[in-house]
Amino acid sequence: MKFICLGYADPDTFSKVSESEMNSMMDECFVYDDMLRKNGHFTGGEALQGPETAATLRWTNGKVAVTDGPFAETKEQLGGILILEARDLNHAIELISNHPGVTFGPWEIRPAADLSEMLRESEKRRGTA
Amino acid sequence: MLDSIYRAESGRILATLIRLLGDFDRAEEAMHDAFGAALVQWPKDGVPANPRAWLVSTGRFKAIDALRRRARFDASQDELAARLETQPVAEDPSVEDDRLRLIFVCCHPALAPEARVALTLREVCGLTTEEIARAFLTTPPALAQRIVRAKAKIRELKLPYQVPSAEELPERLGPVLHVVYLVFNEGYYATSGDSVTRADLSAEAIRLGRVLHELLPNAEVMGLLALMLLQESRRAARTSEDGEVILLEDQDRSRWDRAAIAEGIALVERALSTRRFGAYTLQAAIAAVHSEAATADATDWAQIVALYNALFGIEPTPVVELNRAAAIAMRDGAAAGLQRIDAILARGDLGDYLFAHSARADLLRRLGRTDEARAAYERALALARQEPEKRFLENRLRDLSKSAVLDDYMSKKEKPT
Repeated sequence: MKFICLGYADPDTFSKVSESEMNSMMDECFVYDDMLRKNGHFTGGEALQGPETAATLRWTNGKVAVTDGPFAETKEQLGGILILEARDLNHAIELISNHPGVTFGPWEIRPAADLSEMLRESEKRRGTA
Repeated sequence: MLDSIYRAESGRILATLIRLLGDFDRAEEAMHDAFGAALVQWPKDGVPANPRAWLVSTGRFKAIDALRRRARFDASQDELAARLETQPVAEDPSVEDDRLRLIFVCCHPALAPEARVALTLREVCGLTTEEIARAFLTTPPALAQRIVRAKAKIRELKLPYQVPSAEELPERLGPVLHVVYLVFNEGYYATSGDSVTRADLSAEAIRLGRVLHELLPNAEVMGLLALMLLQESRRAARTSEDGEVILLEDQDRSRWDRAAIAEGIALVERALSTRRFGAYTLQAAIAAVHSEAATADATDWAQIVALYNALFGIEPTPVVELNRAAAIAMRDGAAAGLQRIDAILARGDLGDYLFAHSARADLLRRLGRTDEARAAYERALALARQEPEKRFLENRLRDLSKSAVLDDYMSKKEKPT
């Protein structure tokens, strides 16, 4: 089953960490990601650049409005996305629980939605099936 | 092929790995890694002579590897890895014990009751979180949380992976049998929507019962397995094609599974002969009396009442009393049974129990007390939660109206003009 795992962290905590500590933390994360890959659990993922680099689009008054900065005005910001292949939700929870990144901040785990049926119907309607 | 090995052996392999590694999560990870390795290596090197031993051994090494890797950042893991490496791996006979150990841990009294069921289904039966959540009508995250908490509790309390000693066994076996029967009942009272999932639950429970029977010579274990087999034997006859409930007395007995019945009866007889039987065995014996009757009319109600008397002696609950009253009605007539049910309700027991009212309604109907029967069926209907039950009661109410109309017509016909 596919699970989308969103890792959040307070950007401030990273600014306070020494370079060698940072290197050590990243090493741990990379090693774990490699293990996930090797065992067929890691099917995708990306780290995100900092929240200050974000642009947020909103549909307001019939048009798109762009603001600089992230959508959420929270202390903890999205730091990375991991697409996980796991047997079930408890397995996904175990895999993320053991990820060194779990200490940085909350992780949200959600099963991927299977839109293939919806897609099939849509293609039928559009005659592109 | 690996798929069928997974289905057949993963329970045992997990149980052994839990014993060797001392931790559920580590063991699960190890097992997944081992199967992953098999997927890659067996096509190349061929399937090993003893697949299970290969998987256990591989799982163990992969777990030690994983610990070594984590030890780079956490020295305690290294110590654990060293200990695991030098630990002697016991031979196959203990594999059977491992599954039993696992069942007893999952059903430990220190864990919350819902947690025991969830843990057993996932760790012993191999169901996924999503399947279990669906079967128990809750959400995967809620169920996942239950399982995470239960595992944390096991770690926190250091609950031992051990089959309880002979002295502890009686009180420890109870929760295990209770969990198994709960799982069976979830599958037994299937609503037509989820009938596929839920029928599988009954099969899982019976499988668990068989594992227990194989590993633990005990009358109540036999009794529970017999009870489940005898109840399951009627599955095909219990519901019509439209998903309507068919009562025992109306079932087409040619659709009963005779092999399951034979097995169930044999188990009941063995359990009774030990003279150390309990409630499950007696319930199974009652089911056996029904199963032995070629037709509903041929049912030995006297024996059933006697068995209920014995059951009431061990388990003096209002529900047992109610079931006994229904049997007494069959043996001595509706009035005798009705009197007993009225007494139970008058005491203040079972007022909210749908079957008390539906049983009472049925007896009133047989006695021709139609208006009272109607009121009782309506009371039962108000308490009904599942669709098939509601429809059954609605049909009974409809039949009552029909027969009331007919009675009225007949009585008018007979009046002299």
